[in-house]
Amino acid sequence: MVKAYTKMPVGAHYGTTGWLLQRLTAVIMAVYTLGMLVCLLWDAPATYTDWKALFAGPFVRVATMFFVMALLYHAWIGMRDIFMDYVKPTGIRLALQFAVVVALLFYLIWAAAILWAR
Amino acid sequence: MSSAPTPRPAQQSRPKYYDLSLAHLPPPGLVSIFHRVSGLLLFFPVLPLLLYAMYATLGSEAGYTRWHDFFTRPAVKLIALAFFWAYAHHFFAGIRYLLLDLHWGIAKAPARTSAVAVLVCGALATLLVGVRAW
Repeated sequence: MVKAYTKMPVGAHYGTTGWLLQRLTAVIMAVYTLGMLVCLLWDAPATYTDWKALFAGPFVRVATMFFVMALLYHAWIGMRDIFMDYVKPTGIRLALQFAVVVALLFYLIWAAAILWAR
Repeated sequence: MSSAPTPRPAQQSRPKYYDLSLAHLPPPGLVSIFHRVSGLLLFFPVLPLLLYAMYATLGSEAGYTRWHDFFTRPAVKLIALAFFWAYAHHFFAGIRYLLLDLHWGIAKAPARTSAVAVLVCGALATLLVGVRAW
């Protein structure tokens, strides 16, 4: 009698999307970092008015928001990887991952509120 | 004929490796563990601190002045510099990993050279900002 062969449920490949998006978000953040560095070195904001003016333009606001969104996704993959490597009990790992997601969503709203305040 | 997998033998106890010293690691290993540690630091506490700093400094002139004065303290500068190193190292190491993903410098010798370059660039950038801050 031949036993039914059931394949192990591995290889859904959702990991590949995360892997790829972690690299894409890294590129977005690297470009923003270099751009912001040039801005800060070119014309260093020395007063509150300068500092406020830097983040007043729609381009810088949108670029910063892109950076924050890329950062949040990137951080989620990174923290998930760290938890998967070091936190073995499933319950604790899921609780930590849940806490990270809640924190990141809070940061997203906070960043938008800071950039578009008043 | 059956393609059924043979059942695995009972899990035997495997050796565990608990040497946490980093001194024996080659440069690519150091870059790797520092990439992870700096990433963790950037998630906490750097990210919430940075958001709070943005919130306070952009919110009001008083908040801006308070943070400005806060950053004149040597201890604060030193901690901020450590956080800057985390960002710089994560940045340079990340670029190295992106290039390695494209199979750029994937052989052992260039990978080792680029790992040393990442460590040097991170330290140099931190030194530069440190000199500028003092």
